[in-house]
Amino acid sequence: MKELSYSEAAVLAVEREMQADARVVVLGEDVGRGGIFGQYKGLQQAFGADRVIDTPISEAAIMGAGVGMALAGLRPVVEMRVVDFALCGMDELVNQAAKNRFMFGGQGRVPLVARMPGGIWDASAAQHSQSLEAWFAHLPGVVVVSPATPQDNYSLLRAALQCGDPVVYIEHKTLWGFRGEVDEDLAVPLGKARRVREGNALTLVSWSRQMQACATACDTLAAEGIAVDLIDLRTLWPWDRETVLASCARTQRLLVVHEAVQVAGFGAEIAASAAEATGCRVARLGAPRIPVGYAPVLEAQSRVGTDAIAAAARRLLG
Amino acid sequence: MASSISTDGRGLALYRAMVRIRAFENAAEAASQGGVSAYGQQAAGSAKVRGPLHLSTGQEAVPAGVCAHLRTSDYLTSTHRGHGHTLAKGADLVRMMCELFGKATGFNGGKGGSMHIADFSVGMLGANGVVAAGLPIAVGAAHAQKILQKKGDITVCFFGDGAINRGPFLEALNWARVYGLPVLFVCEDNRWSATTASGPMTAGDGASARAGAMDIAATQVDGNDVFAVHESAARLVAEVRGGGGPRLLHALTYRVKGHVSVDLAAYRDPAELAAALETDPIARARGALLAQGLDAATLDDIENAARDEVDAALAVADAAPWPEPGDAFTDVQTTGAGQWL
Repeated sequence: MKELSYSEAAVLAVEREMQADARVVVLGEDVGRGGIFGQYKGLQQAFGADRVIDTPISEAAIMGAGVGMALAGLRPVVEMRVVDFALCGMDELVNQAAKNRFMFGGQGRVPLVARMPGGIWDASAAQHSQSLEAWFAHLPGVVVVSPATPQDNYSLLRAALQCGDPVVYIEHKTLWGFRGEVDEDLAVPLGKARRVREGNALTLVSWSRQMQACATACDTLAAEGIAVDLIDLRTLWPWDRETVLASCARTQRLLVVHEAVQVAGFGAEIAASAAEATGCRVARLGAPRIPVGYAPVLEAQSRVGTDAIAAAARRLLG
Repeated sequence: MASSISTDGRGLALYRAMVRIRAFENAAEAASQGGVSAYGQQAAGSAKVRGPLHLSTGQEAVPAGVCAHLRTSDYLTSTHRGHGHTLAKGADLVRMMCELFGKATGFNGGKGGSMHIADFSVGMLGANGVVAAGLPIAVGAAHAQKILQKKGDITVCFFGDGAINRGPFLEALNWARVYGLPVLFVCEDNRWSATTASGPMTAGDGASARAGAMDIAATQVDGNDVFAVHESAARLVAEVRGGGGPRLLHALTYRVKGHVSVDLAAYRDPAELAAALETDPIARARGALLAQGLDAATLDDIENAARDEVDAALAVADAAPWPEPGDAFTDVQTTGAGQWL
């Protein structure tokens, strides 16, 4: 076990996969310099410019070339810089990568991992702070992953590179420096949630950076005698219905918290599924339907804080 | 410009390639009558080839002339108008017709149809429903050929004149030149972007000029002269195969039919069509071959054989089984596979 940052864990994951499989290549803007968050640091020096490929600012071509590379036998890691910029390669992801295997009747496979850091990034305003994971979860053909810890970023990135399907891999922009223990030999399967805390009062489901706010809120609630069953979803598609629904059946109360806009967010999918399957009471908590603002007071309006989470939990119990 | 190849076996092979494409598409067009147009009108009757059917009638010389130089291990990406490319790359005609009929025995198991016709086994990586979408995929395939050191293998990327006004065209050409990739871009300039003339919608001098701005050598050719296309493509393919980097072939042709099979193209000046029909690539090639001393019976035999082949394919496709309903859930993805929830 060693302590690594979220970004160092990602570098290690890509390094291990590149060592294990010569078909793994990286392409994207600034990856040769280590990526803008250090998530590819040292890889071009180790593997050369033919396998860690600096590209022009051409998101459509990066994503589309990734599709072509995958069809021709490579396993590309496609860097989109931030999720907001992945929108410039949306046709290539939605209509090409996600549809290829099905519409060509299984003739083609697109084993690419599209990394697109998401979430509110301090003072980065409306085009660098979005949480768009629900868009991708709505898209048949892709896997959607959103790790919350260095261990998960290591293990899930390796799993993503091994899975053979197109993967939308959303790291959080403010987690890059977050440190934690990483066991290099620990494999985490895609689609398996992590129980962070055990409790019987209610089930709390979240993912990515919002896990930290949820954990703090759980401390507050624990002091009030409210024991929360906290689940880190980790993978949005496929999501771990078994773990979440078993918990909901036990607690009969579910709160889903995410950083994304609450309207039509992935929390709605989990809440509806839990209500249908277990009859439990459900509540959602996400951001208001506003673009993320620049000034601290405006940006704060889009943040789902610990107080709001604790209050929502109390309402659900009331 | 009938060259010496018109008198050896290659001339007949080019003629046969074009005639097969024409016969295939004529039959597909007939089988699509009564279908739904791209604009939502429901016509009477019941079509066997359903949905939008984009025909390449009149453009056959381009895929025939280019693909004559390709190997199975070369890749090819296509457009929504991709029957000609697919046949010319060597795909099985019967399985193609089955796919157009939506049958389980089609290349895509009925999941793709005409607009997504593909045969990966001969390197044909798929027709595409999105204009210009094949260009970035092609440079990716060519990039993989370079990384995997598949020396001598190339990727050919067909696209239309409408595609050059989309960003992925520019991104892909830049990409190909920056990395020196083995890709041949082939612009089939048929003068129409769906139901709008391309000329007034396009600034500057078109595909060749834009390639030139990115230091990609471009060659313009009469795309209705199969021998001229063949000759230009021979040189360009050899240059790309030899490691010379990307090239662009700008083939001037004409879209004889409407955007889709049920589009009568009433928006078009009839004189424009009449003029274009005078340069029909099949009639021209036939004339050139006859002038070189080949006898009409040989060419008639080729045409009759193509019609027989297509008729047989229609019968096979008609009798072929539909996909099972459960097939809608396969080949979606392995992780979190196709399911309701």
